[in-house]
Amino acid sequence: MKTILFIIQKEFKQIFRNKGMLPIIFVLPILQLVILSNAATFEIKNIKFSYVDNNKTSFSRALIQKFDASTYFNVLTDFPSTKLATAAMLNGEVDVILEIPENFEQNLVKNQLTDLSLIINAIDGAAAGVENVYINQIIKDFNKNAQANLKQHSVQINKPVYINSIPSFWYNKTLNYKTFMVPGILVLLVTMITLFLSGMNIVREKEIGTLEQINVTPIKKHQFIIGKLFPFWIIGFGLLTIGLIIAKLLFNVPIVGSILLLYLFTSIYLLVILGIGFFISNFTDTQQQAMFISWFFTVIFILMSGLFTPIESMPIWAQYITEFNPIKYFVEVMRMVMLKGSNFTDILPQFTKTLAYAIIMNGLAVWSYKKTN
Amino acid sequence: MKEETAIHVKNLTKKFGAFTAVNTISFKVKKGEIFGFLGANGAGKTTAMKMLIGISTPTSGEATVAGFNVNTQPESIKKNIGYMSQKFALYDDLTVKENITFFGGIYGLTRKQIKDKRSQLVEELGLQKIVNELVSSLPLGWKQKIAFSVALLHNPKIVFLDEPTGGVDPITRRQFWEMIYKTANQGTTVFVTTHYMDEAEYCDSVSIMVNGKIEALDTPKKLKEQFKASTMNDVFLKLARG
Repeated sequence: MKTILFIIQKEFKQIFRNKGMLPIIFVLPILQLVILSNAATFEIKNIKFSYVDNNKTSFSRALIQKFDASTYFNVLTDFPSTKLATAAMLNGEVDVILEIPENFEQNLVKNQLTDLSLIINAIDGAAAGVENVYINQIIKDFNKNAQANLKQHSVQINKPVYINSIPSFWYNKTLNYKTFMVPGILVLLVTMITLFLSGMNIVREKEIGTLEQINVTPIKKHQFIIGKLFPFWIIGFGLLTIGLIIAKLLFNVPIVGSILLLYLFTSIYLLVILGIGFFISNFTDTQQQAMFISWFFTVIFILMSGLFTPIESMPIWAQYITEFNPIKYFVEVMRMVMLKGSNFTDILPQFTKTLAYAIIMNGLAVWSYKKTN
Repeated sequence: MKEETAIHVKNLTKKFGAFTAVNTISFKVKKGEIFGFLGANGAGKTTAMKMLIGISTPTSGEATVAGFNVNTQPESIKKNIGYMSQKFALYDDLTVKENITFFGGIYGLTRKQIKDKRSQLVEELGLQKIVNELVSSLPLGWKQKIAFSVALLHNPKIVFLDEPTGGVDPITRRQFWEMIYKTANQGTTVFVTTHYMDEAEYCDSVSIMVNGKIEALDTPKKLKEQFKASTMNDVFLKLARG
């Protein structure tokens, strides 16, 4: 125990003495949280909308007006021909081309079927799908009103019957994407900083030769590992705390559940990450190697964590892989506890798996750290 | 119990794949003597030393260091030896004082013992002005003297020095050797590798390693007689050139 304290004391001195490192540990993550949470949005806005109006009647203008009124669309240009419009799409000037046929008004008035042609740039398929839904919504609305107006003029007063569903959005009432993203990005920064710092720290001692000096002392393996990792465990808590404060003050993300539970889960989760960091450092000789391998795993873990894309939409084999992704569990728990107010029983599956992961990773770390080669 | 032999090496071998770095070497080091472990760069000195200090497992052979077997009791050996590496291993970003505290701490000294040791070192080496300086700001000569003292903090029975005087000026080398003598006089066995042949003259016994094998092993005086050379340098050149 005494020996461990000597190591911890030394590590903290080195961390806080490194003037270049401190901003990296504490300022960059905050920037990351603020910038990413604002920028990484799934909302489709400012769609570059253009149209070719071959009809030029009050009806067609009313339809265009609807798009103009919507906040999702920038009504950009009125193209005289489809050819010019498609050329503009090729140049990336427009995302959507709506073509209104010549006999649009006549058909509507005569209560006949009429077609609108819609071209959407679908390089980003998901965005194209959302745009299509928006546009159809507007056209449906327009059609509903138009039919109602037309029918008032006619003799029949049969009110059209519609089925309406009224959604109620739970846990994130205003569908604010920041409420969804901030807890996830908080996970990201806690993970990245602690993983990179712990891995690099030990490899650095290898590089400068001090690890060899440690290995000729009678220090026990577990003393060294605990002493080395404890400071980063504390830094992880520091990052979580700063992150939660920013989430609350800057993004007003609700923290419905128990903060204590968040910290409890984080304490186990950090052990997993630090164990991985130590494990990597045992198999690498230079900081570059350690950095590269850490980066490789972080990218895979993040992309497969359900942070940006739902795990349910992944192929089955990929879903199996995510079972081994510690970030997935942390993202889930963060969102569950912060937004839904889940309690310990709710997060028990994630907790148990993370605990098992922590035991395995740290076991591997102790096993693979060899004082004698 | 008085042990006469500090280090006993028998047929020690280390292979890296097809390459034999240390080839069945055998020797004895008496307690309290200064043992010079000589050889050209790449002769296998450092590899052999790493086996003796318990951070490298021998491919075959036996060695006993301070009464403990290198194959089975490397951690017990580590309690009884000090080591100063070629690569110079104090922490650059810690002060002299913090380095002493840290290494004292991991060798199991109490805070009180560390404090006493530190005052003693400050006194002996004249560190008053630099004890609170970062190691990175010190000249190499100072660093090496301090690294040597740190290796002796826990009063080891044997101290291993791997090319301790590489790159320092002749005056500092002289001072360093005075420290080595003083340590040996206090009963600590000193095992030192070097490729400065004038330093070999200061040793009680000398072994010369060529391509993984020990080609000569005796006192400097007897070696010079045996090879009909006037200096250790000539002995070494005769051996190394075959």
